[in-house]
Amino acid sequence: MGKAFSKPVSLSDTMTHYCPGCTHGIVHRLVAEAIDDLGIQGKTVGIAPVGCAVLAYNYFNCDFQEAAHGRAPAMATGIKRVRPDLIVFTYQGDGDLASIGMGEIIHAANRGEKFTTIFINNAIYGMTGGQMAPTTMPGQRATTAPTGRDTELTGMPIRMANLLKELVTPGYVTRQAVLNPKQINRTKKAIKKAFEYQVEGKCFSFVEVISTCPTNWGLTPLDALTWAQDTLLPYYELGDYKIPE
Amino acid sequence: MAKVLMKGNEAIGEAAIRAGCKNYFAYPITPQSEVAEYLAKRLPEVGGVFLQGESEVAVGYMIFGAAGAGERVMTTSSSPGISLMSEAISYIAGAQVPAVFVNIMRGGPGLGGILPSQGDYFQATKGGGHGDYHLLVLAPDGVQEAVEMTMNAFTLAEKYRGPVMIMGDGLIGQMMEPVEFPDTLKTEPSNKDDWATSGMDHRKSDKRNLVKSLFLDPTELNNNNLALKAKYDQMKREEVLYEGYNTDTDYTVLIVSYGTMSRVCKTAIDMMKEQGIEVGLLRPKTLFPFPEKPVFDAATKESCKHVISIEMSMGQMVEDVERSVKGRREVDFYGECGGDIPTPEKIIQVIKALL
Ligand SMILES: Cc1ncc(C[n+]2csc(CCOP(=O)(O)OP(=O)(O)O)c2C)c(N)n1
Ligand code: SF4
Ligand SMILES: [Mg+2]
Repeated sequence: MGKAFSKPVSLSDTMTHYCPGCTHGIVHRLVAEAIDDLGIQGKTVGIAPVGCAVLAYNYFNCDFQEAAHGRAPAMATGIKRVRPDLIVFTYQGDGDLASIGMGEIIHAANRGEKFTTIFINNAIYGMTGGQMAPTTMPGQRATTAPTGRDTELTGMPIRMANLLKELVTPGYVTRQAVLNPKQINRTKKAIKKAFEYQVEGKCFSFVEVISTCPTNWGLTPLDALTWAQDTLLPYYELGDYKIPE
Repeated sequence: MAKVLMKGNEAIGEAAIRAGCKNYFAYPITPQSEVAEYLAKRLPEVGGVFLQGESEVAVGYMIFGAAGAGERVMTTSSSPGISLMSEAISYIAGAQVPAVFVNIMRGGPGLGGILPSQGDYFQATKGGGHGDYHLLVLAPDGVQEAVEMTMNAFTLAEKYRGPVMIMGDGLIGQMMEPVEFPDTLKTEPSNKDDWATSGMDHRKSDKRNLVKSLFLDPTELNNNNLALKAKYDQMKREEVLYEGYNTDTDYTVLIVSYGTMSRVCKTAIDMMKEQGIEVGLLRPKTLFPFPEKPVFDAATKESCKHVISIEMSMGQMVEDVERSVKGRREVDFYGECGGDIPTPEKIIQVIKALL
């Protein structure tokens, strides 16, 4: 019998800096598994965001570039346009992608750039210590919304998958979560599918992943999973939003 | 090769292709949009990549991405656009990848105007973006030099693995002059495999490459800055370019001027010569590294009593002139920056007032 469980080759053998219970690590593993499954490690270039995943390049064993805050989709565009044979993915948080980098993601998606974006929606700015994100829930407390997000002043949370679905350009847009094993399996399939579309040269592919930030939510890892399930999922509905013909 | 009559902006686009650059990303802005229009037609003919980005912010990172992957790449813009690209320029310098930026300057600050200016000297030579970095800055005085400098810019960017800027102004971009394209210079960066994210398979290597500017460890960050400093020191030793005009005479006034402005100064110098007044011109062709010693030597020539920096700005390069002259002569300044270029008559009047 072969080994039942081992570290993906595309993942480095290093300790991560992520907090206990943070789901960034799970998504890293799923991305690395997809890269292994498709045998594309040698031609993959990842783009790290500015956010807790800024050091992602330490955890993946493939070429990597580090973007400025929000600019990963523009950087991916530059790489993919001049080297269409490479497999390019961005890995971005919700502050990075849905706030400062909103312009870059919308236009890359609308041009149908043939790269893959993994979007970690944890409803908060993790790295800088729990400030409000465009994805923060109404009433959810953040260091810059000490009494909870007031939607009168800051609007409603942005649903990126819903927004990108509306673009007329074909693409693959899905929202998944990593709060329980079943969801994790589905997310793995979605991430693999996203890379497959790229390998086929088909379209832009976007996987939003509802994640946790126990540290800045002020919850234990387990309570964070429950809170995300009860509070985030009713607003951020899971499923495929757009599939290319 | 025969001379052809070309607009500066189009000649810059053609020069990039002749230098082996097949990748161009840009956002339209007057007075340089013709580069994009020219390359939108030309690049597909040579199997190249043309993309109009959604903003100069995004274009800066398209350049960064393509350069990081090890491909020759260029963008062109004008002052407000360069401000937006300055974030990416800082990252490109920090991550040490070669890229070519062209600034066809217009008047500022703010939206300013669309006429020629030299108001971005500080931005180009002293920073623009954050952190300890410099661009290697080349300043052509016409279409021919714009072509040569654009072609050399790729070689320099690769030699120093960093950003290089061509500083033209609206006049150089818009005017037509006969140009001759030098034979294609094409040097592949030999050490590309050591740093470019070209894919491990592509390099036949199992060592992955990282392009980044984050160094959380203070020693590592200091080392990165020391590596940059070493490059800037090497540029100062090896890349300084300048031209002397009428400097073999016993001139009493030395003008320091660059780009379009220096051409007007040359006309004024010729006119004054006929009136028996000798004036010398020192024209920096590299703004960084600045020709400090040549300026010092020309300024401290026995016959020279006055030094004046003449710019299409309110006085920017003059600070480098003062620094170079080290207090041995008083340094004056004259400039206009609304978009009207000072006439030779105006310059003669300014020079005569010094005497
Ligand atoms: C231009 C710029 N502005 C602000 C910052 C500070 N900053 C770093 S990370 C971050 C927020 C990241 O949040 P998110 O994208 O949600 O990622 P997370 O840490 O939650 O995974 C901010 C504001 C920066 N590095 N650069
Ligand atoms: S701060 Fe939040 S997002 Fe960042 S590593 Fe910790 S738990 Fe994860
Ligand atoms: Mg976040």
